[in-house]
Amino acid sequence: MPAILEVEDLRLHYLTRLGKRVQAVDGVSFQLQPGEILGIAGESGCGKTTLVSGLMGLLMPPLHLSSGAVRIAGRDILRLPPAEVRRSVLGRDIAMIPQGALNSLNPTRKIRDLATDVILAHDEGADRRAIQERLRERFTRIGLEADAVLNAYPVQLPAGMKQRVVIGISTLLNPRIVIADEPSSALDVSSQKAVIQLLFNLLDEGIVSSMVFITHELPLLRHVAGRIAVMYAGQIVEIGTTEQVIFDGRQPYTRALMGSMLSAEPGQKSRKPVAIEGAPPNLGEPISGCRFAVRCPVAQPDCPQRDQVLREVAGRHVRCHHAH
Amino acid sequence: MPTDTPCFEARNLTRAFGHGARRKVAVNDATFTIAEREIVSLVGQSGCGKSVLAKLLLRLEKPSSGDLLYHGRPIAESGDPRAYWRDVQAVFQDPYAAFNQFFTIRSQLKACFRLFDRRPPEGEMEERIDQALLAVNLRPRELDGKYPFELSGGQMQRLLLARIFILRPRVLIADEPTSMVDACSRAGILEYLMKLKEELSMTIVFVTHDIGLAYYVSDRLFILHEGRIVEQGTPDDVTQRPTSPFTRQLLDDIPSVHRPWVSRVGAK
Amino acid sequence: MKLLRHLLRSPGFLVGALLLLATLLLAFLPPLLMELDTSRRAGLAYMPPTSGRWLGTDHLGLDMFALLVSGLRSSLYVGFLAGIVATVLGTLIGVYGGYKGGWIDDVLTACTNLFLVIPSLIVLILLSGSLQEGRSLTLIALFIGCTTWTWSARAVRAQAASLRSRDHVALARINGYGTLGIVCLHILPYLLSYLFMVFILQTASGILTESVISMLGLGPYDTVSLGNLLNQAIRNEALSDGAWWAFFPPMLLITVIAFALYVLNTSMEGVFNPRLRK
Repeated sequence: MPAILEVEDLRLHYLTRLGKRVQAVDGVSFQLQPGEILGIAGESGCGKTTLVSGLMGLLMPPLHLSSGAVRIAGRDILRLPPAEVRRSVLGRDIAMIPQGALNSLNPTRKIRDLATDVILAHDEGADRRAIQERLRERFTRIGLEADAVLNAYPVQLPAGMKQRVVIGISTLLNPRIVIADEPSSALDVSSQKAVIQLLFNLLDEGIVSSMVFITHELPLLRHVAGRIAVMYAGQIVEIGTTEQVIFDGRQPYTRALMGSMLSAEPGQKSRKPVAIEGAPPNLGEPISGCRFAVRCPVAQPDCPQRDQVLREVAGRHVRCHHAH
Repeated sequence: MPTDTPCFEARNLTRAFGHGARRKVAVNDATFTIAEREIVSLVGQSGCGKSVLAKLLLRLEKPSSGDLLYHGRPIAESGDPRAYWRDVQAVFQDPYAAFNQFFTIRSQLKACFRLFDRRPPEGEMEERIDQALLAVNLRPRELDGKYPFELSGGQMQRLLLARIFILRPRVLIADEPTSMVDACSRAGILEYLMKLKEELSMTIVFVTHDIGLAYYVSDRLFILHEGRIVEQGTPDDVTQRPTSPFTRQLLDDIPSVHRPWVSRVGAK
Repeated sequence: MKLLRHLLRSPGFLVGALLLLATLLLAFLPPLLMELDTSRRAGLAYMPPTSGRWLGTDHLGLDMFALLVSGLRSSLYVGFLAGIVATVLGTLIGVYGGYKGGWIDDVLTACTNLFLVIPSLIVLILLSGSLQEGRSLTLIALFIGCTTWTWSARAVRAQAASLRSRDHVALARINGYGTLGIVCLHILPYLLSYLFMVFILQTASGILTESVISMLGLGPYDTVSLGNLLNQAIRNEALSDGAWWAFFPPMLLITVIAFALYVLNTSMEGVFNPRLRK
């Protein structure tokens, strides 16, 4: 099957006001298949959120494209004019569920009006009554109580419900790909579960085809993603199936990340999570050698000198020349 | 102080906001005790009243009715509030929101010496701040002249903990200290909490929505739902033999690595 | 810095700032460059503008340009003083009520609302009217400030109330700060940009209010102000004599100052309020 989204050696950098160049995404490649959920994991500052801007084709200063491509169904969206990206890519090819979604709804308007606007923005001639019918049908189909929700103002909804409504509205135009950037991190565990359930409904109902799910919570990815890419310092350091990455990580950073998670559940009290010491490297400076070497618990003397490339190990790709 | 009086004791503690039809009861008829050197977690979904209960314990809210005692004395009447806050301190959920963005970090750490009637001499204050920063793995000199927005979330959360190392209170109210930091930094924050408990033999009230986390850190759990404490007990009792449906709900909702979680009904 | 850049990029701010600068220059530059005398007759009554007397003379034959410059200075003085009084009063009452909450807030809000429904212009007219002698510029400014603080109090109260429940205020409390310390160090800094906007708006309305009172003949009796000039022009038949130079320039200046300040205010709101910054 041809990939629905192809990211090819993507490099993105920020130019600060003082002319400093920060290489936030440094050579990321992956493919997203139809029907797939790809998880992207990593600490804050690893380039996850910058990568999202790239995937959406939204490169605005101070963020710039250094090189590489993002292709959706063969079309390189990074080389389209911004107006074209807004018109034909966003919402239709790809939609984002933002981190701060809770504040992204205009508080003075009803959910119904906000949703109607989204449809009208892409189809000016649409019949008002048909739109209402369509909204009802869609909200019901993804498991929201259409009448109650549509007639509410954003402030009347609890945080978890608001996030689900944001998801409902941002997928009204049946985007092929949904990018979910920490969609549930600000919610309590019960609301988080409801959000994930809703995302699954979108896939199962065929409303969206594939999803990229970005989070720092590995246990969550275990249930959500089919494949997982672990990012560190702007690069993918390991990419493979969920089973491979979570239970049998081969890259030292993946293992450290997994070891730092509180697998907080009854019966696991004896296992002690270990925090990763130190901080990720400063991407404003040129780096050579393995980027994780200074924090790596199993670093060898040659690690700081040796630039790392992704290579295949045990059926997945790993950026560590010692991994086996 | 004799250890047989509990650290906190609440009898029919209620806190309501608003009047008449708009009255909302945030904490409803809570009765509990928290012993000295105990770690108790207040667990529940957002809006269950756990944060208001924490504010009551911190003396930032006053009870509407019922009693809340600290070492046998009603909190609201224990005279100088500063004496109370020398004993009972807090860390908050969002460290950026907890610091004033207009002042340097160091000056804000120093501000906690206001709680003492006689402030230590300048040199000693600086020394204690440096010690506390080292205790949470921050390099004191790197923070000189820095403002909150110049640091990462994990560093900011550790600064809130550094405040506790400076003040060395007897009780710590930790209101969701890990929910705004990266999953991978959580272990570190919890480590510092444990270190505080060990070094200062502190009583800790831990507020969280994550029952798994609560299980991991506490001696006892209080499960809250709509302002009421619906269940209290040891972590093993509560998690393995839950009596309340709300507890069961919370347990089901944690995404565990080892257990199925969300089922995909319509999966192709 | 970022804020300043945002401001400079907003056309409204530039227009407002330039207009304000121009009026300030007009008020303070000419006295340094030439001799302006508002008490010596420069010619006959209502002489039209010439190259030597840019704006002609008034009904007494005084130089209109000199009168205008000095009137502008008085108007600006009244405006700024009234603005300061209204902002300070409103801020004190608003912040205290908003931060304290409870019955204190209820009482202060009730007081504010009471003052709000009293038609301030009528009160001003009555007050000024009842004071025949000693109606100085400063006194008028204080009157204006004391009757227009209400809406700044309301605006500030809402902001302070939302800051009250922030974590940094809670932290300040358990650091042992009292009410005064919290208000000054932990609430006011967050309101500074907002207060600046309030001040600008209060200044504009102060200038307008003074003009209205003075035009009605109830202004300061011993000084020239823009409203005063209008009053003199009306009373001495400038309109029917076709002496447009006696009433048009002060009118234009009042409009320009008020316009500049209002534009400044709205453009700043667009920058300070991130939700409007889009």
